[in-house]
Amino acid sequence: MTVEQETHPDEPGLDGDGASRAATTREGFGVIWVAIKREPGVFALSTVGSMLFGLLTVADAWALGWSTDHVLTPAFRDGEIGTSMLVAVFAIFVGIALLRAVGIVARRLFAGMMQYRMQAHSRRAVTRQYLTLPMEWHQRHPTGELLSNANSDVEAAWGPIAPLPMAVGTVVMMAIAIVQMFAADLVLALVGLLVFPAVIVANLAYQRLASPLMTRAQELRAEVSEIAHESFDGAMVVKTLGREGEETERFAAKVHELRDVNIRAGRIRAAFDPTLAALPNLGVLVVLGIGVERVLGGSTDAGAVVTVAYLLTIVSFPIRSIGWLLGEFPRSVVGFRRLSTVLEAEGEMPYGDRSVPDVPGTGARLEVGGLAYSYVAEQPLLRDVSFTVEPGRTVAIVGATASGKSTLTALLTRLVDPDRGRITLDGVDLRDLDRGELARVSGVVPQTAFLFDDTVRGNVTLDARVDGMPLTDDDVWEALRAAQADGFVAALPHGLDTQLGERGTSLSGGQRQRISLARALVRRPRLLVLDDATSAVDPEVEARILAALRHGPSDTTLVVVAYRKATIALADEVVHLEDGRIVDRGTHAELLRRSPSYARLVNAYEQAEPGDAPVSVEVGS
Amino acid sequence: MSTTVKAPADATGTAAAARSGTAMDSGEEMAALQTLRRGVQISPELREGIGWTLVLAVLASVGQVIVPVVVQQTLDRGLGADGGPDVSFVVWMGVIAAAAIALTSGASYLMTSRLFRTSERGLATLRIKAFRHVHDLPLLTQNTERRGALVSRVTSDVDQVSQFLVFGGLLFVVSVGQVLIATIVMAIYSWQLALVVWIAFAPLFLSIRWFQRKLSEAYGVVRRQMGSMLSAISEPVVGAAVVRSYAVEARTQARIDEAIDGFRAASTRAQRFTVVSFSLGGISAGLANAGVIVIGVLLGFADQMTIGTVLAFAFLVTLFVGPVQMGTQILTDAQNAIAGWRRVIGILETPADLVDPGEDGETLPRGPVDVRFEGVSFAYPGGPFVLRDIDLDIAAGRRVAVVGETGSGKSTVAKLLTRLMDPTEGAVLLDGVDVRRIAARSLRRSVVLVPQEGFLFDDSITANVRYGDLDATEADILASADELGLSDWLATLPAGLATQVGQRGESLSAGERQLVALLRAHLADPDLLVLDEATSAVDPALEMRIGRALERLMSGRTSVTIAHRLSTAESADEVVVVDRGRIVQRGPHAELVHQEGSVYAGLHASWVAQQGA
Repeated sequence: MTVEQETHPDEPGLDGDGASRAATTREGFGVIWVAIKREPGVFALSTVGSMLFGLLTVADAWALGWSTDHVLTPAFRDGEIGTSMLVAVFAIFVGIALLRAVGIVARRLFAGMMQYRMQAHSRRAVTRQYLTLPMEWHQRHPTGELLSNANSDVEAAWGPIAPLPMAVGTVVMMAIAIVQMFAADLVLALVGLLVFPAVIVANLAYQRLASPLMTRAQELRAEVSEIAHESFDGAMVVKTLGREGEETERFAAKVHELRDVNIRAGRIRAAFDPTLAALPNLGVLVVLGIGVERVLGGSTDAGAVVTVAYLLTIVSFPIRSIGWLLGEFPRSVVGFRRLSTVLEAEGEMPYGDRSVPDVPGTGARLEVGGLAYSYVAEQPLLRDVSFTVEPGRTVAIVGATASGKSTLTALLTRLVDPDRGRITLDGVDLRDLDRGELARVSGVVPQTAFLFDDTVRGNVTLDARVDGMPLTDDDVWEALRAAQADGFVAALPHGLDTQLGERGTSLSGGQRQRISLARALVRRPRLLVLDDATSAVDPEVEARILAALRHGPSDTTLVVVAYRKATIALADEVVHLEDGRIVDRGTHAELLRRSPSYARLVNAYEQAEPGDAPVSVEVGS
Repeated sequence: MSTTVKAPADATGTAAAARSGTAMDSGEEMAALQTLRRGVQISPELREGIGWTLVLAVLASVGQVIVPVVVQQTLDRGLGADGGPDVSFVVWMGVIAAAAIALTSGASYLMTSRLFRTSERGLATLRIKAFRHVHDLPLLTQNTERRGALVSRVTSDVDQVSQFLVFGGLLFVVSVGQVLIATIVMAIYSWQLALVVWIAFAPLFLSIRWFQRKLSEAYGVVRRQMGSMLSAISEPVVGAAVVRSYAVEARTQARIDEAIDGFRAASTRAQRFTVVSFSLGGISAGLANAGVIVIGVLLGFADQMTIGTVLAFAFLVTLFVGPVQMGTQILTDAQNAIAGWRRVIGILETPADLVDPGEDGETLPRGPVDVRFEGVSFAYPGGPFVLRDIDLDIAAGRRVAVVGETGSGKSTVAKLLTRLMDPTEGAVLLDGVDVRRIAARSLRRSVVLVPQEGFLFDDSITANVRYGDLDATEADILASADELGLSDWLATLPAGLATQVGQRGESLSAGERQLVALLRAHLADPDLLVLDEATSAVDPALEMRIGRALERLMSGRTSVTIAHRLSTAESADEVVVVDRGRIVQRGPHAELVHQEGSVYAGLHASWVAQQGA
């Protein structure tokens, strides 16, 4: 993990109380420390740049004094000056300006680099989490929210890096000024330094007022992103039901809430910035007042007052830049906490270290024993499901809608783990398999095909290697042929190189299913799970796919979730599910004979049209 | 792959789409000022009370100048007065300074709060308008841009604008004003030295346009990369199940990392121009100072200048340099903001081809709809014709099934009927009215499409079903479910109607999602129901039950069913067979099936073969 947790975030709800107010500042420094530890080189370069800038800003003022004393005054007094002096003045000013520019470039360039790098580190870390966290976690976290984590929260977390080098660099400037102040007059210096507690108080007030608003704003940003993503995702439904207005209202409600929170936070910011600017100036006024008194009382001389007042105006600049840094803290801490929640989310699927013995060309032996699974407690989706599929055999899972078939395939492909019981592949429990091992030996074709925004080739191969070799175009075409997708792919403008667009929107549902099928076939899996994978395909095409599967070269073990008799007829055995239990097992013919509920389910099409003699029966049987 | 600039990654869409103009407008053609003008036009709130805000900005900046001058005076003339500190002078100056601090702080507080208010309100309007427009765009255009990139346009791109509107925009005007005033004051002191200062800054001023162009390009790339990055992240999140089952985490992460790096590289690159243009200001300031002293001395020799004037001038230069630096900074920030703004405005500039005639549109009377296709042809932009010369009449109240092989064009018929697309040639008429002339509200009220993959929102079943009829009560929903024969299914759900369906409905199976979509359509009570393989994922027994229920419910409505399960076709009043974009057969099932060698007979034979197996 790239972003270490420095402090333990309090519950976000605790933001009001004193302990967590102080914690915001501490946590803010913690966040910065994480960044410094991660990118020390770039940080050092930008800080050196910033110091250079600070020194040369002081040098600039010195140059003006120097040239007044050594060039201007003698020149106007004597009416003449050497050319070399004029050249020297020019060189000094331009030299300082150039060096100062180098300082600015270094400070800002490296600060920017540091900020963008930290953003990239965090983005990699959270997206890595997205890819490893289990499906249940994903169900609870909408895509839009995850986008907001990777975008807005990352930006918020590393916001303080931009003003950081400036603040650190000017600390040197400040330290020098403070030492000089004490040298000039102890009492006045102490009076002047009262500015610091005042700045701290202002900052605490700001943190206290702004933190809850910033927390809410980041939450709302996530919610706005959620609604936008979901609504654009379902654009077709919105359109066909004419619900554009209602969707806009739903979006607008959140946008308005975000707007109001931002305006409130803005008002606080609007008060904080001028306060920070005013405090050093007020300090100067106090120093002047007390200074006059001390001069009159003979405790100090006017020169000391002038020096302290002047130094205090110099200090105002570092104070403001530190203020900018602190001003970023509330948002940064909120963003960082939100990222930490993702990064610390538990529930990564445990993997073992076992592999399935390699026996090319043969199917795997699948054994399901005593399987139980429930999504909501007390509402089991599967109960005591056991069956075995011998290598190279085909089992059809048949059951009514909502009988638990989809849950079973999710378990078979280890998208979830069972509450009880186990699934073994060639005798190895799926949970003991090494990461990637199950995918190496098995293929699954889900009910709803998901295609990537990639070429046809990329979608089929997903850069897989079979026996250590990358897949060739011949392999791809062969798989496409078996999936009956070769025809339409060949007709695409760029064949295998055609970009399919996000989720393959340029294809029809049936075409997407066939690409998805080819993706499984090209891997020559030893176990193939088809979850009603041809529902959108025409009968003729489906018949050809089934023929290809049946007469295919390999001895794949096949588990098919199916409704159609042609598909079921492929199976050596049928497992009939009802309400999450196996109610019967046997061949299709056996089940048809002995189970009325099974017969009703699979013969439904033939029993259509009560009244008229159904044509299909007449012609078909 | 290079990590730097890639071709417009968010217009993944097909080159064809871009060529023919269905793609989303990137907004990149718009000049900066044009963007600002258009932006303000879209969000009129930005103009509200701008006069007073400007007055406050001027007051705040005047106060900022007064304070150092007063402090300087106090030190020089109050404390350093001959014969000891001049107490009353110091007190007066103190009062003036305190007043100036109060003025600056007060004015800047009011100014910033006002700016926050107007800009947040303006940007909320912009977000909402853009969001709405996305939904008004034709389906084809929506599909040319990835969802993640679309989301970035209404979230992150808008956020970029906000910073600039609060801390830039207006302050730029103030900075320019300060520069002008400083120039005038400088010219009064010495026109020659004023000229020197301007000459020192000439390279900066002259190069601003060049930098602006570079920055504009660079930030354009940054915003695009943000769009692609969010797309690259959202895709595998949506397809998490496939990523897991194929164990392609590493490949996916590599693609995401590439996008993340692309954004980082683009940001760093844009930063380079910002930094260089900013540091140029510092160099110019050094040149100006040096020039003022050298030329001042030379002018002194010619008795045209006193030492006091030169020193005063050195101070005036700082009054000139400050706002110039500020202005340069704002201009660079502006390019970042404008790049974001452009992309949001780009959405609004993309024509909604399927124009809603709105109030001028016709309203369909309630009751079964009569459908007519008149010489309808359709081609996707840049593609071949998918449908050709379709003439079709469907009398009100009829049940028609459209069948054909995958890719025959049958789904296009459904999309044209529901006006998800407009025909390339010819017209689709409902009750004799061209669909293009029907008010969208009336059309969506009367015509409902149930697609194959019914999208559900992450909410309860009730909420999803109410999408069809916002006024439906729970009892209405239960009654509808009963009519469709879905009560048994509802009873099996853990929380019944209150069951949460999960993102995109993924807590339910594909078949169950179709049931919810069907229930939703039933509640919408349409006069023309278009079913596009709407029950393909439910079990045969249930499908037949639903089919029979729909038949009953369809009395008094017109229905068009796109079907590949010929069981649906068998029970329809009429079957329309589409093959390669043309209607090749129509008539009742019983008639078509006996036309030897016909397309329908072929389809039917293979269907029967499957069933009888």
